[in-house]
Amino acid sequence: MRRFATMLAAAGAALGLTLAPAGAKTIRIGIITTYSGPLAPPGISMDRGLTLYAKLHAKDLPKGVKVSIIRRDDTGIAPATAKRLAQELVTRDHVQFLAGSVYSPDALAIAPLATEAKVPFVVMNAAAADLVRKSPYVVRDSFTLWQVAMPMGEWAAKHGMGDAYTAVSDYAPGWDAEGGFIAGIKAAGGKIVGSVRFPLNNPDFAPVLQRIKDLHPHTLFIFVPGGPQSTQMMKTFNALGLAKAGIHLVTTQDLLIDSELPKMGNIPLGVVSSGTYQEASPRPANRAFVAAFQKAYPGSVPDFPAMQGWDGMAMIFRVIRQTGGKFTPAQAMDILSHYSTTNSPRGPFHIDPATRDVVENVYIRRVEKLKNGQLANVRFDTFPMVSDPWAKMHPQK
Amino acid sequence: MSAADPVGALAARHRWRWPEALPWLAAIAAFFLFPGYLALGAQILASILYGLSIDLALGYGGIVTLGQAAFFGTGAYTAGLLAAHGFGAPEPGLIAAGLAAAALGALSGLAVLRLSGLAQLMATLMVAAMLQSAADKASTITGGADGLQNMAVGKVLGLFAFGLYGRTAYLYALVVLFVCFLGMRALVHSPFGRSLVGMRENAARMTALGAPVFARRLIAYAIAAGMAGVSGALYAQSTGFVAPDSLGFDRSGNILVMLLLGGIGRLYGAFIGVPLFMVAQDRLSDLDPAYWYFWIGLGLVLMVRFARGGLLGLAARWPAGRMRRE
Repeated sequence: MRRFATMLAAAGAALGLTLAPAGAKTIRIGIITTYSGPLAPPGISMDRGLTLYAKLHAKDLPKGVKVSIIRRDDTGIAPATAKRLAQELVTRDHVQFLAGSVYSPDALAIAPLATEAKVPFVVMNAAAADLVRKSPYVVRDSFTLWQVAMPMGEWAAKHGMGDAYTAVSDYAPGWDAEGGFIAGIKAAGGKIVGSVRFPLNNPDFAPVLQRIKDLHPHTLFIFVPGGPQSTQMMKTFNALGLAKAGIHLVTTQDLLIDSELPKMGNIPLGVVSSGTYQEASPRPANRAFVAAFQKAYPGSVPDFPAMQGWDGMAMIFRVIRQTGGKFTPAQAMDILSHYSTTNSPRGPFHIDPATRDVVENVYIRRVEKLKNGQLANVRFDTFPMVSDPWAKMHPQK
Repeated sequence: MSAADPVGALAARHRWRWPEALPWLAAIAAFFLFPGYLALGAQILASILYGLSIDLALGYGGIVTLGQAAFFGTGAYTAGLLAAHGFGAPEPGLIAAGLAAAALGALSGLAVLRLSGLAQLMATLMVAAMLQSAADKASTITGGADGLQNMAVGKVLGLFAFGLYGRTAYLYALVVLFVCFLGMRALVHSPFGRSLVGMRENAARMTALGAPVFARRLIAYAIAAGMAGVSGALYAQSTGFVAPDSLGFDRSGNILVMLLLGGIGRLYGAFIGVPLFMVAQDRLSDLDPAYWYFWIGLGLVLMVRFARGGLLGLAARWPAGRMRRE
């Protein structure tokens, strides 16, 4: 038995040697996101954003360095699958970066593996607040629900919507949205009249919304993961006549994700939400991004996952450019966690090196009809450079 | 088979034939040939055990089940919760998982086995769905949809840690599968196993013959549940993670497809169907991360059209075929 163990150890050491990334001229980036199943749209959007960035900026890479993107489908909220895929990307494909993750449960499963393998993991959407603490190799360019929902709560309380009911998907980001919104509304003198959580997978929104309608709160805050559930929720909201009953809806960008707006008809017109990105933003960096996106993928609308994929790839490219393609995981993490830009499609943002989490503007937007007849989220107020409030309220021991 | 010597005929069933060594030789060869695929390999081995449990319940016992994930998930959560609360030694975790799942199998079997056909199918489905909702909701215990965090699985035999490359996980799963398989093989070839086949074919006749149909089915169902539980625990320990999808419908449905692919009620169906399905899934999703389900679906349609009874059924149609449906 002992001899066998020694043999295994020797085999491991041999494999470890062949793994050393030094001198590699092809940088391998493993993308794990959702490509199939009912939850795929944000994953596909993210993939388009990051692919587009890599395509348009391949010319900016140092001489002789290439980027190879290896894509894996986590099939939705399937943490065990996500973890296995990450393991395979590390052990078989020898990737130097892991990136992607639409859904927090998947990212939470990958995080300990990033630690074990010492591979930087660029989270391009998953928004559970404590995710960045699960591994020193996690860096996030997206947002946390606390970060986005708390300003929404503050804004609502200050604008006569201080009597609110919350309804969220029952998983970490949903709890965060609920917690953030409640903290925000209470800080600004409002109050919460009730809260409900519904299942994340295959939810039926009708009974939840019917009950809320019967209770008749003045304001209703909703969170669902951005994507097909957004449209489903808005349609149920409309079918049950909550708006007609005088219930004011406020939400985060997830429910009014730009790519789903065209599927919602006129239902969301006038709804106020908080978010980090709107496709209609006139910022030149965003117009260039939207134009490139629509040229590459005709008929599609870029949304916040697409923007986060784009920015995440920009962060990885900066590591490659600054180091000429030769870097250790620690060097890569150093550059990633000091990343800063003023030129993202969302506006300025930077990574806080202490938390490895994103600091960015949170915009208050209203759904309006544009001149071309399309609905869009239009910004009318800004909370500048917000960092994750949860991390401040729960200092790491 | 000679009717004159029933004892000899039963004993002959226990005799090993040389093709039965093939799966084990292949598994050992795979360990050395595909060092980068051992994580997947460990999951395949665990799934074969899961397939065997379905084969015992459905293939031999004739119990129509679409809810085997209830036991898989129970085993996974048992092992996971033990590991998350400081009892990380894998072997006791495995045994506890098997016992917990078997107990649940016996308990739910009391209700499920009183039904038959479609009603039975729905009842098994409901047991799994209820457990999944409970796991989703009890997030303080299970972590809810985010899955069970902070599992600390100990070393196998106190010596071999579960590493990134899955070597320990693979060999551990292989040994557990082999031990469970020996038990299952002895069971289905025993008079008890023969009586299960009899009940599957004609339960009324077996009752008339004086066989305790309900009790024997209940025992078979509980054993199958225990095997599924051990398989779930293998999964949980080798990935260091459990989430509610381990109780989900996909987990119940896919394994059935894999078993049908290999051949049901043939003991070796899982050894063919599971690796074939999971390797195809892995390769196809590599080639085409967005639309790989299409190719899986196409393969299954062709399979159902041209090879009913699974691949082993196909092999049995050859004159020299030895793998008869029992």
